[in-house]
Amino acid sequence: MSTAGPEGANGATTLRNAFGGVLSFFILLLIGVLAFSIRLFSVIKYESVIHEFDPYFNYRVTQFLTKQGIYEFWNWFDDRTWYPLGRVIGGTVYPGLTLTAGTMWWILNSLNIPLSVETVCVFTAPIFSAFASWATYLLTKEAKGVGAGLTAAALLAMVPSYISRSVAGSYDNEAVAIFALIFTFYLYIKTLNTGSLFYATLNALAYFYMVCSWGGYTFIINLIPMHVLLCILTGRYSSRLYIAYAPLVVLGTLLAALVPVVGFNAVMTSEHFASFLVFIIIHVVALVYYIKGILTPRMFKAAVTLVVSVGLVVCCAVVAVLVALVASSPTKGWSGRSLSLLDPTYASKYIPIIASVSEHQPPTWPSYFMDINILAFLVPAGIIACFLPLSDASSFVVLYIVTSVYFSGVMVRLMLVLAPAACIISGIALSEAFTVFTRSIKFQLPGLSLGSQVESGDVTSSVAVAQNSSTAVARNDVAKAEKAQEASKTRPSKKNKKKEKDIVEKESVTPHSDRRHLILPMEASVISIFLLVLLGAFYVIHCVWAAAEAYSAPSIVLTSQSPDGGLHVFDDFREAYAWLRHNTDVDDKVASWWDYGYQTTAMANRTVIVDNNTWNNTHIATVGTAMSSPEKAAWEIFNSLDVKYILVVFGGLVGYPSDDINKFLWMVRIGGGVFPHIKEPDYLRDGQYRIDSQATPTMLNCLMYKLSYYRFVETDGQGFDRVRRTEIGKKHFKLSYFEEVFTTHHWMVRIYKLKPPKNRIRGKTKKLKSKGSSKRSVAGKRNPWN
Amino acid sequence: MGRSTNKDDAQALFQSLRAAYAATPTNLKIIDLYVGFAIFTALIQVAYMAIVGSFPFNSFLSGVLSCVGTAVLAVCLRIQVNKENKEFKDFPPERAFADFVLCNLVLHLVIMNFLG
Repeated sequence: MSTAGPEGANGATTLRNAFGGVLSFFILLLIGVLAFSIRLFSVIKYESVIHEFDPYFNYRVTQFLTKQGIYEFWNWFDDRTWYPLGRVIGGTVYPGLTLTAGTMWWILNSLNIPLSVETVCVFTAPIFSAFASWATYLLTKEAKGVGAGLTAAALLAMVPSYISRSVAGSYDNEAVAIFALIFTFYLYIKTLNTGSLFYATLNALAYFYMVCSWGGYTFIINLIPMHVLLCILTGRYSSRLYIAYAPLVVLGTLLAALVPVVGFNAVMTSEHFASFLVFIIIHVVALVYYIKGILTPRMFKAAVTLVVSVGLVVCCAVVAVLVALVASSPTKGWSGRSLSLLDPTYASKYIPIIASVSEHQPPTWPSYFMDINILAFLVPAGIIACFLPLSDASSFVVLYIVTSVYFSGVMVRLMLVLAPAACIISGIALSEAFTVFTRSIKFQLPGLSLGSQVESGDVTSSVAVAQNSSTAVARNDVAKAEKAQEASKTRPSKKNKKKEKDIVEKESVTPHSDRRHLILPMEASVISIFLLVLLGAFYVIHCVWAAAEAYSAPSIVLTSQSPDGGLHVFDDFREAYAWLRHNTDVDDKVASWWDYGYQTTAMANRTVIVDNNTWNNTHIATVGTAMSSPEKAAWEIFNSLDVKYILVVFGGLVGYPSDDINKFLWMVRIGGGVFPHIKEPDYLRDGQYRIDSQATPTMLNCLMYKLSYYRFVETDGQGFDRVRRTEIGKKHFKLSYFEEVFTTHHWMVRIYKLKPPKNRIRGKTKKLKSKGSSKRSVAGKRNPWN
Repeated sequence: MGRSTNKDDAQALFQSLRAAYAATPTNLKIIDLYVGFAIFTALIQVAYMAIVGSFPFNSFLSGVLSCVGTAVLAVCLRIQVNKENKEFKDFPPERAFADFVLCNLVLHLVIMNFLG
């Protein structure tokens, strides 16, 4: 290489580039396969089944779409849920996921590959996670380079936080939304780097797909304006910035308004105002730059004074109007969920339903290490690497990670948005570190460089400091590394007094030759590379463990290890829903807590009162009040809602901790929020929640207690509750208004039927007779002619 | 002292602006005319809405946003075609115009869907 002529060197470079290209292609293919396969653990361990609660609703909607077609789906009014209110599915669901799965099913079926809708739904998430890792590669390649891109893609394929929401069977919005998020960001960066209107159009269309898929699209439409503002304020305004941003706002707002769920919210809610504000700002800045370009400096100064004096007045007027408009709405125009993101204490004070969802709680510190593992401490190194040098793309990535870290600290569910950012930044950090080490080794291998002895006076050779100092090196240029001749200067070190400067013979002066290169000792580089690979190995082991053990549970089927080593399967939920499906009438109404609404409508095909959509707080509070009231009052409430069956989840026999008794306090709080006669202290003894003999009489008489523990004492003679770890308070009682119709094998789901009202009311007729006779006697005494 | 110099300054400013603008090439002036026309149409629509009310709000929104959208796209075209712009030196103007047409096509497709 060193002695070849320019043509030979070019040929060798082209061959090397081609080889690198093919290698990257195969690496990307393998990353896609990895992303797909690591999510298949639940299919292998259990079966190909839809998990959790929300995916069942999406599955039911997809079934409807594939059976009835898109027009019916768009106009669907669902009367089998939220009885008697119903729900407008077409206008309240984000259609992206269902349309995607429906399209895939339709394509496969038209190719005569007869996959069932359930199979397509189960495997949608792994396929789109493969796409998401490819999109991460593209995004990081735009920001830093191919090496960083491949590393980031490999990290994203395995990161546990993303696996938890996109495992096979988790058919939820995030499965496609994360892919749409990363892809939109990639197209934005690409437009910013190239200034081409074609990519701006694609960017708007990708944003449209994101709006269709997930409510988290507001993150995009607030992050991109923030980045534009950052660029303007740091003096990085360029015409490419205008081309990247302005068409996106106009086209994006229009496309967002097309989706029925968003509708006019795209122009009227505060979540979008940031984009409009920055739209105006960027036009002002563009105008200023244009005028500056065509005027002389003295004239420009005069123009500035004129504009500032006039513009200030106009600005104040406009701002006053806007503030009045926004302040007139009680939530200042923001939706409840967005407010709870901005002010973490908002939900617990005003909206108990949002506060009660376990996904909306703030995460604990260990969950960061569980969910993003080694990325947690590679992120700061990556942030530093992004500043050397700072480009528009790398400033965007830094802004993305900072905002997503804040939001992930508010809600554990948003760790999912942090995961791609962490992968990108860590990919950059790892790639930079590898580059420095391999370059050090390459320059010190005998026979590679032209008789040049390069000795480095490095400060220390420990790995940690080397890693930190290696990120202080200037940006790696892959093509330039091919050329063996480069000038290298060593930094004067404080500890080593000797300064050695060796100037190597240069055949060609490169424009980057004046950059300082830090060449580390050979042994340090080799050990560092080995340790980095070891770090990656630990990451892979953790990710595979997390995917296999922690995040693959379908939660509709439970398993436990029996003492003799076998696997015991708890399939009670499906047993209960199948019983409902086969033993009740099609039009019977089933009441339960809102957690089980989606599963009941999807699997049991019965009308429910409340479900996981939780859009009507009063309706949920009605059910909560009924569960907290004594039998008679509860019967009245349920009868007024035409309920026939009540479904209760009870984990006391087997030790299942997410049962209704554990959720009961939330029922009391939500019910008490709307019906003031339900007071939480009535159910607590000395501030403690108990169900044993020390429990309050209100607690022992409420419907939830009775329905959970009816005949429970017959199981072991003492009524020992395995979850609460005590014996229950009231052991022998009868139900007068409800009758038990079904209890599953492990007593996990119990179904009760409302008893019809009695035909004859004992005791009342006697009273009526006496009242009637007394009336007659009184009337007889009075003089009728007066 | 302040008033007269300000007025002189303002007059000199406007004259220099006019002179500088007259020096721009004709094709850029045509694009500027198109942008002005689009903004003018948008203002007329807003004035009409203020008088008549915003009942089919989607129609109003799509009308105004189509004017604003095509104005923004024309400004992008102007940026890419302007020979003084160093960043787009190697950018062929035919490609810029093709991008402009494509983006307008998508914009108006969405507008027609949203018009109602």
